[in-house]
Amino acid sequence: MLYSGTILAVNNIVGHIAQLKLKKLAYYAINAYFYGCILGRLAGFARDLHANLRSQYKGHSIKIIRPQKWIYLRCSVTMKIAPNLSPAKRAPKFEDGSSLRIPSLQILNQDGSVIAGATVPDLSRAQATKIYSDMLYIRMLDERMQSAQRQGRLSFYMTCTGEEASVAGTIAAFQPQDMAMAQYREHLVLRYRGFTTAQFMNQLFGNLDDLGKGRQMPVHYGSRELNIMTISSPLATQIPQASGYAYGQKLKGKDACTLCYFGEGAASEGDFHAGLNMAAVLNCPVVFVVRNNGYAISTSCAEQFATDGIAPRGPGYGIKTIRVDGNDILAVYAASVEARRIATQEQRPVFIETMSYRLGAHSTSDDPSGYRSKQEEQIWRDKDPIQRMKNWLIAQRWWTEESDTDLQKSYRTEILAELKLAEQRDKPPLGDLITDVYKSVPTHLLEQFQELEAHIAKYPDHYSV
Amino acid sequence: MANSTVREIGNEPKTSKMNLLQAINSGLDIAMATDQRVICLGEDIGQFGGVFRATSNLQKKYGNQRCFNTPITEQGIVGFAIGLAAQGSVPVAEIQFADYIFPAFDQIVNEAAKYRYRSGDEFNCGGLTIRTPYGGGIDGGLYHSQSPEAYFCHTPGLKVVMPSNAYQAKGLLLSAIRDPDPVIFFEPKAIYRASVGQVPEGDYEIPLGIAEVVQQGTDITLLGWGAQMVQIIKAAELAAADGISCEIIDLRSLLPWDRDCVAQSVTKTGRLLISHEAPLTGGYAGEIAASIQEHCFLSLEAPISRVTGLDTPFPLIYEKHYLPDHLKIFEAIVATRNY
Repeated sequence: MLYSGTILAVNNIVGHIAQLKLKKLAYYAINAYFYGCILGRLAGFARDLHANLRSQYKGHSIKIIRPQKWIYLRCSVTMKIAPNLSPAKRAPKFEDGSSLRIPSLQILNQDGSVIAGATVPDLSRAQATKIYSDMLYIRMLDERMQSAQRQGRLSFYMTCTGEEASVAGTIAAFQPQDMAMAQYREHLVLRYRGFTTAQFMNQLFGNLDDLGKGRQMPVHYGSRELNIMTISSPLATQIPQASGYAYGQKLKGKDACTLCYFGEGAASEGDFHAGLNMAAVLNCPVVFVVRNNGYAISTSCAEQFATDGIAPRGPGYGIKTIRVDGNDILAVYAASVEARRIATQEQRPVFIETMSYRLGAHSTSDDPSGYRSKQEEQIWRDKDPIQRMKNWLIAQRWWTEESDTDLQKSYRTEILAELKLAEQRDKPPLGDLITDVYKSVPTHLLEQFQELEAHIAKYPDHYSV
Repeated sequence: MANSTVREIGNEPKTSKMNLLQAINSGLDIAMATDQRVICLGEDIGQFGGVFRATSNLQKKYGNQRCFNTPITEQGIVGFAIGLAAQGSVPVAEIQFADYIFPAFDQIVNEAAKYRYRSGDEFNCGGLTIRTPYGGGIDGGLYHSQSPEAYFCHTPGLKVVMPSNAYQAKGLLLSAIRDPDPVIFFEPKAIYRASVGQVPEGDYEIPLGIAEVVQQGTDITLLGWGAQMVQIIKAAELAAADGISCEIIDLRSLLPWDRDCVAQSVTKTGRLLISHEAPLTGGYAGEIAASIQEHCFLSLEAPISRVTGLDTPFPLIYEKHYLPDHLKIFEAIVATRNY
């Protein structure tokens, strides 16, 4: 007699083998688990399965393991279908982190000259100056807001200083319809897509006009209009979400992909593994950008991973991977243009590691002097990505020191003016406390809010609104 | 059936005999047929149809782009589904056993539940539904038996639903999938096949957040959800033989929960017993008891009784002893009546 579920199980295994054959692997090992439906009849089911598979794959070794458990049957079928394609080893030799060395793409020298033999990507004067202006703007914004925080006008701030090229060079290679999901140090993405100074300030001060309704700490920006997902503080959570978002774009047949940023520290989170593996297995058009800036708060790379950076993990997932000099705008841009092409045309994920340095503190609550030296910082200050791009632009005769000074001045003025306006703007209404928890406000939240209002009415001086 | 709470789509629905699993499968089938945006994902849910067969034939019918296996990564499954929902799809993610939902806790609690709020409604993942079998009764020991509903009921932004029979399962699932907020849908695996009833073959929804009064009574209100309703109904039969009239309420939705329905009943009966499989301390019965004593203090004639699992991990050999079965509930009914 044939046990129920056998045919289904056999088909399942045959399907898996067909898929693996396409990948031209030498060995096929399939682990199939069978629960519920065959409870109590495992022995008979295992026999059935074995007989069925043997008739389909004559001459190959088939092994079915049946653990002495009553919850489920673990049916592990291992087959050698094709001749062994890789050369066999005759002695135990192990691979380690040094087996895969990934070089870094560099196009520009620090003085702005092009490295011999390097190919300069196609970048118009208009786009190059836009990229540069936005990098400069963010440097100005970061300086101003850092001081505003020191003056006690702002609760918290995080800078992008030192990593401007890693962010500008990537976002510039993408299209407005592409979704961008960032960690928190990539506000250049917003600037590039047209987020205004007033919008930055409104979020930082959590006022009436903040798109996020004053609910999140400073720098947690987001904009539906600009296709930039709202930032959340938990690290790496955006990575599997980016894979899913990209899968949705693919289902709709759009010429669009998802761009997902995170730091080298976040790559230690489980969500990194989950997101990259799912993107590879499910062929999602997503470009992952890991900004390797040397530090996760105070923890240096040496304490974060034992390998040569993060890039070698990409091929481990079966993802096309490139490492670039993150302070070299042309290298980052050239890699990103190709990455977007692969993601959208080949409908598969791409992984970019940008090698850079977090010149500033982790946040305004951090002090790097406790864990790294001034000398180390100076080495990277000398590789400033903004200076490098400026040198190139001047060499191209697309930019001058005068226009640079003028632009800095006008940005500073604009930022300070908008800062003053934003800090005086009203807070969002108290009613926003209970909206957007759900699509509509449920009864129990209305009740709680009414109690709160009554309490505030009793002590109005204590609770300023 | 509480027909008054059911919004039938079409007249005179044709019904057929289905068990709870078949009802879930039928619900998923209808959801996928009526909305191209609905996508099913999870471990082994594709060609195999899931370890319990809840997704049987869906891949065959709707293709492997809309119904597919994922790698074994619960945080990945939920994170991926959140991304899908944010993009505009309506994902139905399966977590193979509720015991394995914890790697996804961060994605559910910090991400899905707060997506709309933290962005000021710029973005939402309201299309998301997470289905997962929960509860004991299958000799599953610690890791195939847990009832983790209380963890999620503590999280604003989520909706939590637990059906107790085939009819409810389909109607509530269709509501959950179409609801504009993320929903966790706990399925009582102990009665996946044992719960059989007449279920409409077509499309219907049972609204979320509304309890069902299963039986009218005058002496005590018995409250539960999911598979525990089987034990509660059995206990009520024993009590009836002893001359105690029980009013039985099936909560169906835990977050938000139908406090008005329960309060109204307790005001009438003066006594309340709540039963769930999950451990006592921090269990959802505690929340309900606190809320009901606040609203029905002057009507109560006895302390609110909680009949639950023990504060231990879910045991194996002594599962029967651990579970809050009909006899334990019956004894608590008598004690509450005689207080």
